Amino acid sequence: MRLAVGLILLAVIGVGIAVSLGGIPFGAPKTVIGDHYVDSARDDTGATNVVTSVVVGYRAFDTLGEVTVLFVAALGLGAVLAAAGGGGGRSGVEPASLILRVGNAFLFPLILLFGAYIFSHGHLTPGGGFQGGAIIASAFLLVYLSSPGKRISATRARATESLSGLVFVVVGLLGLTLGAHNFLANFLPKGVPNTLFSAGIIPVVYCAIGLKVGSELAGVVDGLMEETG
Amino acid sequence: MIIVVSLLVLAMLAAAVAALVYRDLLSAVIASCLVSLLASILFLFLQAPDVAMAEASIGAALVTAIFVITIRRTKRYEE
Repeated sequence: MRLAVGLILLAVIGVGIAVSLGGIPFGAPKTVIGDHYVDSARDDTGATNVVTSVVVGYRAFDTLGEVTVLFVAALGLGAVLAAAGGGGGRSGVEPASLILRVGNAFLFPLILLFGAYIFSHGHLTPGGGFQGGAIIASAFLLVYLSSPGKRISATRARATESLSGLVFVVVGLLGLTLGAHNFLANFLPKGVPNTLFSAGIIPVVYCAIGLKVGSELAGVVDGLMEETG
Repeated sequence: MIIVVSLLVLAMLAAAVAALVYRDLLSAVIASCLVSLLASILFLFLQAPDVAMAEASIGAALVTAIFVITIRRTKRYEE
């Protein structure tokens, strides 16, 4: 009986999906918005990277939501780990090998610089705040692996995260009063395309996102590394 | 070009199946890391360097590290 009901339901769902998907011409462009972005993104936002012009230009408000989702996820993980009884430190962990320690001392500043380059040049080259922030967090992961006793200052990480989140929102509110009177309107001069100081608020917002994501993910790794020895 | 992409996809499939089959969870995590790494190379070939960068740094580095740390705190072998 249950099997028959399940099969009937499955058939109904299958027919529904087939009917609704059958009418879609796959491969044919259905909207003109994509072409519009590719054609006029550079003039509209001043960013030469079209992906960035969509993420921080046309759809900047969605990006604020994404950043909020990441923040809530990191907060939830921190709450769960705190409830699980962390805070015991990392005693009894054997030191890392010489290769890892020396390699980390050499690579750590370079990875940080690369991450900062990725998020500050998000409007010119591929990449942006999320990618640059993840690269910075992986640099901190390397530090934790090479010297297990080391900790980042949780206060400083939280301050960096909150301040950069605040910068994002304040830039959005400034767009409400200055410029086009929209939330996150591009009120700064767009400048010459293909130069570092161009595209108005986009580099400012991407630097804020990069610092926020970097400190957030480094905090997540820090919370998990706690008491793993 | 199409040969390189097909080889990448086949290697990804093999690594994904390996991640499912392994009883040793550490090996499974390394296999899933390989899936992410190959996916990021594939994204680069498909001309999506933005996605490739995110996949390499988050999928291959951070997620693998989080899984390895979790295995260290729990059990290494599947029952």
